Amino acid sequence: MTKSDDHAPVDRSRRRLLAAAGLGGAALAGPAVLTRPALAQAAGPLVPESMLQQGEPILSPPYGVPSRFEEDVVRRATDLTPTALSSWSFTPLQDLHGIITPNGLFYERHHNGVPAIDPDAHRLMLHGLVERPLVFTMNDLMRFPAVSVIHFLECSGNSLSEYASPAASVQTSHGLVSCVEWTGVRLSTLLDEAGVRPEGKWVLAEGADGAGMTRSVPIEKALDDALIAFGQNGEMLRPEQGYPVRLMLPGYEGNMSIKWLRRLKVAERPFMTREETSKYTDLMPDGTSRQFTFTMQAKSVITRPAAGGTIAGGPGPLEISGVAWSGAGRVRRVDVTVDGGRSWQQAQLDGEPLPKAMTRFRLPWRWDGAPTVIASRVTDETGYVQPTREALLEARGTNYVYHYNAIAPWKIGANGEVTNAYAAQS
Amino acid sequence: MPMPRKASRAVAFAALAGLAAPVAVMAQSDAPAPAGPAARTAPIGLGERPSEELLRAWNIDISPDGENLPQGSGSVSEGETIFAQSCAVCHGADGTGGPMDRLAGGKGTLDTDDPVKTVGSYWPYATTLYDYVHRAMPFDNPQSLTADEVYAVTAYVLHLNELVPQDAVMDAQSLPQVEMPNRDAFEQMDTVTLPEAEACMSDCQPFDVDMQAATPSEIEEEQVQ
Ligand code: HEC
Repeated sequence: MTKSDDHAPVDRSRRRLLAAAGLGGAALAGPAVLTRPALAQAAGPLVPESMLQQGEPILSPPYGVPSRFEEDVVRRATDLTPTALSSWSFTPLQDLHGIITPNGLFYERHHNGVPAIDPDAHRLMLHGLVERPLVFTMNDLMRFPAVSVIHFLECSGNSLSEYASPAASVQTSHGLVSCVEWTGVRLSTLLDEAGVRPEGKWVLAEGADGAGMTRSVPIEKALDDALIAFGQNGEMLRPEQGYPVRLMLPGYEGNMSIKWLRRLKVAERPFMTREETSKYTDLMPDGTSRQFTFTMQAKSVITRPAAGGTIAGGPGPLEISGVAWSGAGRVRRVDVTVDGGRSWQQAQLDGEPLPKAMTRFRLPWRWDGAPTVIASRVTDETGYVQPTREALLEARGTNYVYHYNAIAPWKIGANGEVTNAYAAQS
Repeated sequence: MPMPRKASRAVAFAALAGLAAPVAVMAQSDAPAPAGPAARTAPIGLGERPSEELLRAWNIDISPDGENLPQGSGSVSEGETIFAQSCAVCHGADGTGGPMDRLAGGKGTLDTDDPVKTVGSYWPYATTLYDYVHRAMPFDNPQSLTADEVYAVTAYVLHLNELVPQDAVMDAQSLPQVEMPNRDAFEQMDTVTLPEAEACMSDCQPFDVDMQAATPSEIEEEQVQ
């Protein structure tokens, strides 16, 4: 990985910094920035231009988009993959508020591009060790009783850079996680519809993309909280997220939540697909591997101020804020350090944490302008405490690739620049 | 979570057998489904039985024991020709050249600092190769190969990894028999929780941050150049 990995968040905070400085200057200089239509001069120089004219009419445009001043809040691609068809793009965590990821900023990971699927032509087949094999239209699926639930989805490869050579910004180090409200039918409802035979222990899920992406899911998970999802934040899934229908396995590594879902097959054994043997297995230092490591364990990261950015406006009061989540259940608490890990304070959580969902944490802080290191550490409801990088590397070595969930220390320089900091040795 | 799962199964079996569902069970399953993740619903009557033709066409997954492998066969030498035409541009003539995933070599590297995971060094099952190449390769033209062609490139890739001889022929019987060196190196488990750590609040061991990624201004400079 090169240093040029990601840069844009820098541009952004720089731009904001300049914008703030510009406004301060404008208040003194007046007309240079606050130009006004000639006819409205009576209002005086300090009245904003937006009050002196009519705005855009409704339906400008019919499907609303962010302000043009937010145009650099976008997903950014990795530079690690040789093709953009099997690659990933990162959610700009540094620019988000609360816990919900806007649909256009949900991270991407595809194995052979994004297919364009006509929902009227799409079918979902359920067969194998069932009493009655069934094939569903989208209309069938949407006639079942549905639920809407908020869950994060995290790529098992999120933060993989951090095992070896940490990434330069929070977007590229942590941006393969998103959290939305999913709407769909419980997989258990469909399995009951078909009648799973007692020997049925695993369910193969297959996508209708060019990769024919496949993973085996244990029946316990399928009958627990697995969802056949068609809704994402109140609208239909985006094409990149599996339109018109996908599997959603709360708390499990993202690749198992098969997108563009076309087939579910119940069997006695796992299918040992390429994506659960060659990929998405965890190589240990002794050469053995761990397989079916499904759960994304508790993780947290400070998203503001965050690596790759700058504390705009310099020393003074500000809020440290970030997100925490656990594939094992609810976030119980998040602690924050502002002195390089010597002492920690409990952060405030926004409302009651939801199971297997992001939780926003906040800590008011006054930066005195001195260089320091800040970080967050989550504890989930099982009592699991987010580990340090040293502890994680000691347990796994550096060939592991997936499931990196260590504490992320951000170094704040005297100039307000925030940098991903880490210990060279494990 | 209380009963409904079994009850709904009873209804399903009854429906299957063409019997009237037992009244008591019906009454139970008419009760509102319990809230929460594991809520169960009785069969609702949506979806259709797929035709045999559709089932056959869609049922493409291959089990590790070879179940569902189709008829047909292919030899290493046939595979060599197909590989040169359809695969080499992305994987190199002998499966090691790239630019895409390396398919051969890497023997003995898994416990080093530079592990090379390939079909030969890492994959636990030869059947997965048939399944994957059939569904996903060639990357730019998936599912374009016939069963014979998939058997042939499978044989060739296995041969590149010295797992089958030059005169090998792969089919539904021989493929599951191929011994994969890394077969027993996988331990099935969920994500392992590290030893119980304590959330230290004061007088803690500070971070040992002797390294850092590029700073924002370093990145900006690099960009300007
Ligand atoms: C246009 C480029 C291209 C062509 C042509 C191509 N492949 Fe691939 N192949 C890829 C890419 C890209 C991947 C990785 C896909 C992913 O990331 O999921 C891949 C992955 C694979 C893998 C899995 C590697 C692993 O270790 O997991 C195998 C096996 C494979 N290809 C075999 C073949 C065979 C056999 C052919 C010819 C029939 C072929 N490929 C043709 C691009 C190509």
